[in-house]
Amino acid sequence: MDKKLVIPGEFLSDDIKLADEGTYVEDNKVFSSVFGIASLKNHIKVVPLSGKYIPRHGDLIIGIISEVSFSNWIVDIRSPYEGLLHISEFPRRIDNSEMSKYLKVGDSIMTLVKDVDQSMKVELTLNDQRLRQIKDGRVIEVTPSKVPRLIGRSGSMIAMLKNETNCNIFIGQNGRVWLTGKDKNLDLAVRTIQKIEKESHIPGLTDRIVNFLKEAKGIPVKQQVKKKTKKEEDRWHEQEPAEETVDEKMTEETVMEDAEEPENVEENKSGGILDELLDK
Amino acid sequence: MVKPEKLIENGIRLDGRKPDEIRPIKIKVGVLNRADGSCYFEFGGNKVIAAVYGPREVHPRHQQKSTSAVVRYRYNMASFSVEERKRPGPDRRSIEVSKVSREALEPVIFQEYFPRSAIDIFVEVLQADAGTRTAGINAASIALADAGIPMRSLVSACAVGKIDDTLVLDLNKDEDNYGQADMPIAMTPDGKITLLQMDGHLTRDEFREGLEMAKKGCLEIAQLQRTALMEKYSPLIEGEVNE
Repeated sequence: MDKKLVIPGEFLSDDIKLADEGTYVEDNKVFSSVFGIASLKNHIKVVPLSGKYIPRHGDLIIGIISEVSFSNWIVDIRSPYEGLLHISEFPRRIDNSEMSKYLKVGDSIMTLVKDVDQSMKVELTLNDQRLRQIKDGRVIEVTPSKVPRLIGRSGSMIAMLKNETNCNIFIGQNGRVWLTGKDKNLDLAVRTIQKIEKESHIPGLTDRIVNFLKEAKGIPVKQQVKKKTKKEEDRWHEQEPAEETVDEKMTEETVMEDAEEPENVEENKSGGILDELLDK
Repeated sequence: MVKPEKLIENGIRLDGRKPDEIRPIKIKVGVLNRADGSCYFEFGGNKVIAAVYGPREVHPRHQQKSTSAVVRYRYNMASFSVEERKRPGPDRRSIEVSKVSREALEPVIFQEYFPRSAIDIFVEVLQADAGTRTAGINAASIALADAGIPMRSLVSACAVGKIDDTLVLDLNKDEDNYGQADMPIAMTPDGKITLLQMDGHLTRDEFREGLEMAKKGCLEIAQLQRTALMEKYSPLIEGEVNE
């Protein structure tokens, strides 16, 4: 496949119409603007191997409250810019004086980027069925540019991971990953995610991860009981990419992988909201 | 060291190099775990380490620009980096080097992508042997790429000078001390010059010829920079073509 490692300033193509993320155009030629993996098929884009999370409208992310001000919570979103969660974006009407009763410094939240303006003022919201405060489990961090690989093509990687480790996993676009489940399973899931992060640029990732999980557990395990959980989880993750351009990134990103799970497509439609599952 | 009688004899320099030869270079990418990007760079007797952080929040706040990132560059020599102990901390020289090095890198960084943020570059000279600013720029440009910061291209730097009325590439300490001119140059691989300084004297023709020599030197360094970046991931990437 047309993937290669490129450095900034590397010539990629003469067709400027195909230029996409991670590239720039000069003298009617497309050059790479970052150090990363270039894919030349359909669109010419370069996915950086490292870098900070830059918030975009519609991203689902995990933030940590860093300050409570008069009518805003200031949220660390693992980016050069801080997130602002206005009191009116909280699902319930609450009083200014009671803000830290609901969310205090250090609390983690799943949140949605409602708006980002020119000067990178980032407005967040909790006013969405899918959003909530994170009260249990673990949050780990991965390089934001590797998030699409961790999710896999139409959620294949993450679905497999959830299925194999018996954990609930939510991946924020800012590279924070929230996992809930039994301690032992969590350990395995965390190790696997770290492996994915480290090796995401090597082809054949899915196969290696499958083997890694099998090895770690001694035997391949079939999960019949967890079926319902999986259904719901899949739906949750499918929604994410569908919302905006990330969608395309994910599909593009993971074309390398052969493992696809057609069953997901069916399951996405069924299943409800995660409330009971997450609010234990 | 006292001034040697001749700095160049039969076209061979004191350290055995030809006039248009650069010193051996060793590069290692990603040497610091806590930095977003880093690079260790050896340029003959020079040993420098570069670390890049960012884009990140700007402190103090008043330095931030509302439409682009600010680039901050700190060049620092360790007190043990030279024979006679250097008094630690910034001095007139290192402030100047920091400024010109920053300006050598700014043109290639897409600063406008990150309004209200800062990109911090730290260059520490562990051992100095003439040409530390060029070594610092070479290292910093690799560290920037390693940090995933969008750039138009890498920047490579090397010096030309004149010793015993002969133009030579990449001066070492003795040639710098007893030579007639020293001209550090930084440029992109396509030949856009981002830094050009000179002390000493060159004629117009020498200047033109020197510039061409420096171009060749920079191109050679650009190749090595590229290879070093590729190597960071190459042990893992084999088989990418047949995918």
